[in-house]
Amino acid sequence: MKEQINNPKPYWNPYICGIGLGLVLLATFLVMGRGIGASGAMTSVVATGVQTVSKSHAEANTFYMGYLGDGTVHPLKDWLVFEVLGVLIGGFISGRLAGRNKIKIEKGPLITNNRRFLFAFVGGIIMAFGTKLARGCTSGQALTGGAMMNVGSWLFMIALFAGAYAMAGFVKRLWI
Amino acid sequence: MNGPFYDFGWIGEEASLAFALFIGVAFGFFLERAGLGSAKKLSAQFYLKDMTVFKMMFTAIITAMIGVFWLNWFGMLHADMIYLTPTYVWPQVIGGLVFGVGFIVGGYCPGTSCVASATGSLDGMMNVVGLLLGILVFGEIYPWIEGFYTAGSMGQITFPKYFGLPSGLMVFILVLTALAGFWASEWIESKNAIK
Repeated sequence: MKEQINNPKPYWNPYICGIGLGLVLLATFLVMGRGIGASGAMTSVVATGVQTVSKSHAEANTFYMGYLGDGTVHPLKDWLVFEVLGVLIGGFISGRLAGRNKIKIEKGPLITNNRRFLFAFVGGIIMAFGTKLARGCTSGQALTGGAMMNVGSWLFMIALFAGAYAMAGFVKRLWI
Repeated sequence: MNGPFYDFGWIGEEASLAFALFIGVAFGFFLERAGLGSAKKLSAQFYLKDMTVFKMMFTAIITAMIGVFWLNWFGMLHADMIYLTPTYVWPQVIGGLVFGVGFIVGGYCPGTSCVASATGSLDGMMNVVGLLLGILVFGEIYPWIEGFYTAGSMGQITFPKYFGLPSGLMVFILVLTALAGFWASEWIESKNAIK
C-alpha cells in the first residue's frame, strides 16, 4: 500500500461506472427478483442488537420484527447483510488497486477534525430518519426503484436532491 | 430459463447469499472507482462543482431500466415479479427531504459511507455510527410515528401504471430526460469546475 499512497490513480469515468453499476443492478433483478440496498442491512444489525439486549422489547415493536423474521433463520443471515459485506470488500479492493486506501479525514479546509466528526455523526443520525421514513436509501429506493419506475422512489429521489441543495448553502463551511 | 431465477427456484438459499456477496463486491467496486467513497466529491455535487453523483446514478438507473424492459420484452425476465417497494407519498417525500439534509451535513449516503469506511475514512466510520444510532432511535419512537409512516398509501405503483402509458414510451421519456440531465451536467461542470 505504502508505495502508492502519494500518487493515487485517477477515478474512472462516471458514465462507465454508471453502466457497470446499472448492469450489477440488472443482474440482481434477473437473478433475485429484487434490487440492491445498504440501509436495510444496517437496520438488520440494529434490530439484532436490540433483540440481543431485550427479546421482549424487540418483539413488541413491528418495525424491528420486520427485520427479525419468524426466528427460523438468523436475522443476520440475510441477503442485504451479505451484499453490504461485499460492498465493504469491493470498496477496499478498488481503493487498494488505485492506491487510495489510507487513514484519512475528508473535510473542507475551514473546519477542525472534531467538528467534521461531529457533523458526520449528526448527518448520519438525520439520514437514518430519512431513510427509514422513506423505506430505503439511495440504493434501495433511488437506484432500485428508479430503474423500476417506482412512483414513490422517484418522489424520494427528487425530494432528496431538493433537500440537499436547499441545505447546502447553510453548511458550505463544512466543505468549501 | 427465465428470471427472476430465485423465484423460479433455479438457485437456492445458500447460492443466493454467495451471489449477494458477489453483487456487493461489484457494487462497492464501482462506487469507489467513480470516487463516491469521497465525501468531498459527493458534497461537490450540491455546490455544482462536480456532477459525478448525478451522472453515475442516472446512468445506472437508465441502464438497468432499459435492461429490464428488453429482457421482459423477450420473455427472459418477468418484470412484474420483481419486488416493488410500496408508495407512501408523505413519508417518502418528507423522508427524502430529511435524507438530503443528512447527506450534505454528513457527506455520505449509507452505501457510500460503507465504501468510505472500507478505504480508511474516519469520518465515514463516524457517519456509519450515526446511521446505526439514528436507526435505533427511529426504531424506539416507531410506535408513535406509525400513523405518519403509513400516510398517503398508493400500494405498489409504477409510472406506466400511474400515467396509463406503455412501459416502452415511459422508458423512452425517462432516458431522454436523463440525457438532457447529462448534457446540462457537462455544461455546469465546464462553467464551475474546481480549477
